[in-house]
Parts: sequence; structure tokens; C-alpha cells
Amino acid sequence: MNTICIMCPMGCPLHIEEVNGEVVVTGNTCKRGQIYGVEEFTHPKRAITTLVKTEDGGVVSVKTSNTVPKERIFDVVAEIGKLRAGKDAQIGDVLAKDVLGLGVDVIITGTAKSGVK
Amino acid sequence: MASLLYDVVIIGGGPAGMAAALSARKQGATVLILERDVRLGGILNQCIHQGFGLHYFGEEMTGPEYADRFRKLVDASDIDVMLESMVLSLTDEKELTVLSPKLGLCHIKAKSIVLAMGCRERTAGAIALPGTRPAGIYTAGMAQKICNIDGYLVGKEVVILGSGDIGLIMARRMTTEGAKVKLVLELMPFSSGLKRNIVQCLDDYDIPIKFSHTITKIVGSPRMTGLYYAPVGEDRKPILEKEEYISADTLLLSVGLIPENDLLNGTSVELSRITSGAVVDENRMTNVEGIFSCGNVLHVHDLVDNVSHEAEIAGESAAKYALGKAEKQGEVVSVVAKDGVRYALPQRIHKGEGKVQVFFRTGDVYKNCKLIVESGNEVLLSKKCQVLAPGEMGSVIVDKAKIVGDIVVRLEK
Repeated sequence: MNTICIMCPMGCPLHIEEVNGEVVVTGNTCKRGQIYGVEEFTHPKRAITTLVKTEDGGVVSVKTSNTVPKERIFDVVAEIGKLRAGKDAQIGDVLAKDVLGLGVDVIITGTAKSGVK
Repeated sequence: MASLLYDVVIIGGGPAGMAAALSARKQGATVLILERDVRLGGILNQCIHQGFGLHYFGEEMTGPEYADRFRKLVDASDIDVMLESMVLSLTDEKELTVLSPKLGLCHIKAKSIVLAMGCRERTAGAIALPGTRPAGIYTAGMAQKICNIDGYLVGKEVVILGSGDIGLIMARRMTTEGAKVKLVLELMPFSSGLKRNIVQCLDDYDIPIKFSHTITKIVGSPRMTGLYYAPVGEDRKPILEKEEYISADTLLLSVGLIPENDLLNGTSVELSRITSGAVVDENRMTNVEGIFSCGNVLHVHDLVDNVSHEAEIAGESAAKYALGKAEKQGEVVSVVAKDGVRYALPQRIHKGEGKVQVFFRTGDVYKNCKLIVESGNEVLLSKKCQVLAPGEMGSVIVDKAKIVGDIVVRLEK
């Protein structure tokens, strides 16, 4: 398969194929691209960023601590949607652990508008 | 009326303003940041996606996290910050009139100024979007703000015009939040955004993009109900016989960013007709002594990491100028972009010692070409490039000691 590496803004064109049972990545210019290429070929994963509601009716941004299988993105977004953050939630706070048993946590990444001092 | 005096006043508290302030303070200058929003961080606060900081911090983070790193450093310093404060006027003498909730109308005098006001999105009016103006038409960044800061989704059935990065990012955001993004239309035969955003924002969610297409009419009232679009010919005019209809309650525009330099109307700062930002030297000083410019108000960047680096140059130079520590400069030469290079920045460089990073953008997509930098008749640098595209800013390092005359940055087949 041919794709573009998404690990950094360079966007290296990747060619990925299986040769004698081994996944071979070409076109990458760094190690991150190599790892991404193998994962993209075998089981694509993505990190998710979205919002959760705060207890006072605002929103605050969150991310998953790591990537999740691509086909589970909408399940994870729905699960994160059930969470509520305190109005003084701080960047870096862990809002939930091990979402849907996928081994990733939900981390607060912003400050709610109502939480701006 | 209150009257304040500072060595360096920074206009704008986004990534450029914060980095400029920190580097100016490091030089020993007294520094004030003027920010019109309720908090520092600028546009980063609404860019909740990942992709920031890989170059600057060596790790990938979201926009608010990137802003927070700098905000904490500003908070921990003795840099003064005035929030919800609007600069009403600026003069060549570095006198500002500012409206702030605490001080009301006040005068501020600075020894040097750093312009860090960022950019604005081109609007429906700016591109003469055909059809009526029903509700449901937003610039992509405005939709991003309403979504990520205020918590409202602006529509359910979305078409996006333009493939700038914010538009692509919003295609993914609207999709993850439950909207149906039906189509992206791009006037040009190539994307104006980063390649990886086509993959991770459109391809991942099976959102189609049609290149060389544009909108011919918007219909619906009071809310838009759909739009007509058509392919464009070589002249970029729509071929109306091939017009098609698509239903949509929302149109997002991601059709370019323009540095927000209205404040310079009262000054004699020279603006570039190409970048719409100031014309600067390698210290990011404009033609008006003591007025510096950096970040998206100077030229639109793809990466905030580059903004931070550029702002540090401007901040340091502004502080040195204010404190009378500026090194004596050599003879100045012009930097000229031609043969496919749309602009190169800085537009002026002083002869002397050290190295200068020259940023450039091409006007079109070029494959397997050579980027050439010349000074006088000497070739300073010749670099093979696989692909150069307008959506991805490039840079080259120029050794100042090797400058003999005006610098030309050009492409060769």
C-alpha cells in the first residue's frame, strides 16, 4: 500500500508491503515513520482529541493518552462523551483510566472558558 | 488618563507574542504584552488537535497544551500582561492608545514594539462567494471556536470550500462530533494544506475531496439548504454545464489567511503585497526603526514551532534595540524571490557574520526541481527538492559572510 506518514508535518510518502512474511516500509525518513508504516499496514491506530462537558455547562478539551484502533474511534468518542470534568480541571489531569479496556487514559488538555481566571 | 512606559511592548498574546516577550525579557528589557482576549494563547486555545511542538519541544502536543507551556513561563516571569485590552492606534514614535477594562483609555509609550497580532481568515465576501447569504456559512476557524471553546456544533450536513489546514482539521472535528461532512471542494488542482491532514482528516473518514472545483451558488433561506458546485477550467472559472447540486445546512470556508495589519495604518511600516505582512530584515525589524514583526502577522506559517522560533528572534532584537545593545549592522542587501518562488523572508539581510534562515513558499506545485540561492553571481546553495508546494513552507540557511550582493531565491527545473 501507498500512504502518507502522519507522524510529523513532513508527510513522507510511504510504500508498505509484505515481503516473505515481514512488513517492509520504504519512503520514510525517520524511525517514527518506520513504526507508523508497520502499524498502518497491520492495524491502523489513531489518537483522539475531543471535548467533554464541564459540570457548570461548559466544555474542555481532552485527548487520549495514546492511540486507539482506528475502527474504535467512534466508540471511544461516545464513551468520552459520557464523562464530566470539574470546572477547575487542569491541563494534564487524568479524567478517566483505561477507556473501554483499550489501555488508554483520557487527559485534560485545555482550560474551560469558565475556568479562565 | 493613565500613561505607561516600557522598553518593549508586544501587541498580541498568542504563540508569537508570548515567545517574543520571553526572549525580550531574557535580554533584560521591561516587557508588556497587550492581548484582546480573556487569556493568553491566541488561536492555539481552540486548536485542540495534536500536531504541535514536535520541532520546538521534541514532543507532539495539542494547541492548548503548547500555549500552556509558554503561558506558565510568562506567568512565572515579571512580564506585564494586559488582557481584554485592545490597541486602538500605533504611531512610528511607538506610542499606543489602548482600551483596557482596568485602565480605561490609556497611553503607552514603548522604546520598541513587536507586532504579533496573528492573522484573520478570508471570508465569503473576500472571495466573492456567489449566491445569497443565508445562515450556515462560517469560516472554518470561527466554526472551530464555536465548537471547541463554546461547545456548539454549527451544523449537521457540511460542505467545506478550500483545503487549508483549518478546513481539513474541522472536517475531522465535525465528523467526530456527529456531523456529516459530505464534501470538500478545492479550487486549485492541489491541496493548500499539509499532506498528512488529507490522510488523517479526510481519508480516515472517507470524506471526498474534489480538486479544481468551486461553488457556483448557495441556496436556502433563512438557513442554507444546499449549494451548486462545478469543475473549473484552466482559467479557474466554473464550467457551468457541469454544475451539480448537493444538500447541506452548513458551509465552512477554508480559503486562506491574511495577516491582520490594520493597526499599521497610522504608521509608515512598509507592507509586502505578497505576504500582506511587513517587509523585514533578518532581525524581523520593519523599515520603521524599533518596530518588529513576527508570527502570522508577518507571514502565514504552517507550524507554530516556526512561529515560536521567529518570535524569539524578534523579541531579542526588540529588546536589544530598546536597551541600545543592538550590534552595528553591515551593509543591507535585498532578498528577491523569482522563477516559481512566491516569496522569501526576511526580505532584507545585513552582511556580516552568522547564519540566517530564509523562509520561502512556492506559487505552484513543483516536482524534482532545484532550489537555488544566489548572491551577486555566486551560487550560495543549490538543493534538490522532490516536491515543493504552496501549502508547505520551506527554508534554507544562508551564511551571511558569503553575501556579496542582492540574494535571489529561485527554482530551476
